[in-house]
Amino acid sequence: MSLYLLCLLLFCVGFYGILRKRNLVKMIIGLGIMEYSMNLFFVLLGYRMQGRSPIEAMDQNVLNMVDPLPQALVLTSIIIGLGVTALVISIAIRIYDKYGTFDITKINKLRG
Amino acid sequence: MELHILLIFMILGAIIAIEVKDLLSSVVAVGAVGFALCLAFLILKAPDLAITQLVVEILCLIILIRATIKRDLPLVIEGRWVFNTISTLVFMAVFMFCAWLALKELPRFGEPLMLVVKKYLAEARVSTGAANIVTAVILDFRAYDTLGEATVLFASVIGIMAVLRRPGRKKNK
Repeated sequence: MSLYLLCLLLFCVGFYGILRKRNLVKMIIGLGIMEYSMNLFFVLLGYRMQGRSPIEAMDQNVLNMVDPLPQALVLTSIIIGLGVTALVISIAIRIYDKYGTFDITKINKLRG
Repeated sequence: MELHILLIFMILGAIIAIEVKDLLSSVVAVGAVGFALCLAFLILKAPDLAITQLVVEILCLIILIRATIKRDLPLVIEGRWVFNTISTLVFMAVFMFCAWLALKELPRFGEPLMLVVKKYLAEARVSTGAANIVTAVILDFRAYDTLGEATVLFASVIGIMAVLRRPGRKKNK
């Protein structure tokens, strides 16, 4: 229970970064932190006390394995997070080339 | 216990990454958070995830440093400081309250439900021949998920090329 709450606190730190900061790179970092905390939360849900990693061995049965299904889904989610981060960073680089700043309050002009 | 220490370290690193002035220091701090997440995956008995997180974290750091190096940090003047901070804190308080209500319905830490995965565990050795259950799930039972993941990855590559490509030289008429 306390681990879940700490994980959601990490989510809140990233949320604060997105809502409160005016620098584009800081907002992207906040997005990444939220993504980390959600991945960790899914893996925490599948953990078993004194469990073993989900690889079959001789002395292994179903009852002492951790849950492999959240791990498989989080593996997909990590890769998609890399794609999202790369796309957002490339858009931020283009914005910097055009306006010369990362501050979001100075990017409100539509210059041709 | 070591998970608590790692999570508190991650929260401190995230706060430093959000609050520090210099952008490069902020990127380095978020890298520390990512590597701590890799260690947490190892403790939670997920070695595949730890390897993937390590590779993805290094790639993310390279991309972020490419974006921030040699770029100045403009002077950020915070406007309407009190109102913005209070509204953000109210949002976070509402979120944590709803999460605390919802967490009571979840299974307790250390006792997963394992309703869906029992079928996979029983059939994995016979029908796929893989000893690693995670690989059996992502490459065999849920292969369409992995196909969709590859599609998303290629779509993001196409998007990056469309955004970052320099326009070609115009012909002089």
